[in-house]
Amino acid sequence: MTEVLTFSTGEVEPDRDSVLQNQGIPEGATVTDEIERLLKSAIGAFHEHGKPVGMTGEISHVDFGAVYQGEGRNEDKTPVGDIFRRAERLALFVVTLGERICARIDELFRSSDYALACMLDSVASAAADKTAEVLQERYADSRSGSKTENEGRAVLRYSPGYCGWHISGQRGLFEFLHPEEIGVSLKESFLMQPLKSVSGVLIAGAREIHEFEDSYSFCAECATRGCRERIRALYRE
Amino acid sequence: MSVLAEIKDGLVCGDDERVSELTQQAIEQGLSPQEILSESLIGGMTIVGERFKEHEIFLPDVLLAAKAMHAGMEVLRPLLIDAGIPSIGKVVLGSVQGDLHDIGKNLVGILLKGAGFEVIDLGNDVAPQSFVDAAKERGASVIGMSALLTTTMPTMAKVVDLVKERKLDSRIKTIVGGAPVSEMFAREIGADAYGFDAANAVDRVKSLTTA
Ligand code: B12
Repeated sequence: MTEVLTFSTGEVEPDRDSVLQNQGIPEGATVTDEIERLLKSAIGAFHEHGKPVGMTGEISHVDFGAVYQGEGRNEDKTPVGDIFRRAERLALFVVTLGERICARIDELFRSSDYALACMLDSVASAAADKTAEVLQERYADSRSGSKTENEGRAVLRYSPGYCGWHISGQRGLFEFLHPEEIGVSLKESFLMQPLKSVSGVLIAGAREIHEFEDSYSFCAECATRGCRERIRALYRE
Repeated sequence: MSVLAEIKDGLVCGDDERVSELTQQAIEQGLSPQEILSESLIGGMTIVGERFKEHEIFLPDVLLAAKAMHAGMEVLRPLLIDAGIPSIGKVVLGSVQGDLHDIGKNLVGILLKGAGFEVIDLGNDVAPQSFVDAAKERGASVIGMSALLTTTMPTMAKVVDLVKERKLDSRIKTIVGGAPVSEMFAREIGADAYGFDAANAVDRVKSLTTA
């Protein structure tokens, strides 16, 4: 069964640091008033033009196995390939900020308002991620039981195009979930339209299943090692 | 301060209105459009580019300066065309077929313009043939391609092959960039250069056009 979830832009407004980081500005750096002003107006434009919406659909282990396998282009061994087998529940998801905000970014570029266009792009990228995060929290909350039942359990999201799960995995995901219902389509090249969209799987289970070493063959090429922080965060209140 | 220095200063501060007014004033004072362009506008953007590379300023500062440059260029362009003054080089730019993402490509275009290049922006989802046709028809010496996903990268190879097939490779150089693209990939497909960010793209394009 699939579910459509709507979000207010306030709920998914990204924090300042993640936006500035997307602009290549390191955390804690002092910025000019002009940059503060740009950030404020980009956030304003985000509230005006962003339409955050998402979709989830519970999926069985067998069906997810097939989605994950996709066109057979994954790396031999991947974290998701191991983790999902030990999951209690799985759900596919797609979130998007809609086409309007992307059109607005384009318009700003065309009118030579480069700095604002680029700031809005960074806000929207961070907000798309935040929408996926809020969707993950809602999924966790809606399925959670008592405090003791939740002890030691966690929901985390994983996306095709990361950690050895080939980006072509999105085809099966789209065939199962049909996010066209929320206005997201997949191009031949596996690019989602609108641009500010994220797809993936929510994996729920014991906290430990999400732990893995960053020693897969493809980890060598990964510049961020974002997985380390995600795993650490599982053990923070 | 001379008006040329004032324009340069306004540009570095990202004050587009001041740059526009002062450019008009400089023309009225009889300064040549070429002088205003190279001394104040390109000169200003060079300072901005250097400061950015040295991490003294951030991307938004560069983009505000670029907007100011654009404002000055709006005033100068008709005069430059009338005087038949060519740009320092022409670059065809686009995101490759299947790719709708163009922020990275746009940033590269903005900085190339800032350095004095004429940029022919084909937008996104650009077919290999269109890159080559546009470069040939418009007399561009560089084709710049951008990709967001690994799945659209093979199209870059098609453009490089097409340039060679049509025996245009002595005249038209290719440069690639984008999140998943690397120097190694550029070498593998036989592209002439790779740029890791917009400032680096300008340096690489300059070395391609002066080589
Ligand atoms: C922000 C971001 C997003 C944002 C928005 C994307 C966007 N740009 O609009 C969101 C959160 C929505 C997103 C979603 C996804 N993303 Co994403 N995303 C990124 C991230 C972190 C930054 C991309 C970006 O916008 N950078 C800012 C711009 C300005 O930089 P840029 O485009 O790279 O351009 C610069 C340089 O590359 C260079 N350059 C660019 N073009 C050119 C051209 C020439 C000629 C030259 C010389 C230089 C040059 O200069 C530019 C300026 O400095 C990258 C990782 C990374 N660090 O790069 C992943 C990344 C691009 N994403 C990735 C993936 C997988 C996805 C998703 C498929 C995940 C999913 N399943 O949902 C989706 C796809 C979205 C879609 N519509 O289809 C992968 C792609 C890998 C692959 N296998 O192809 C990356 C590389 C992350 C990774 N795994 O390492 N993403």
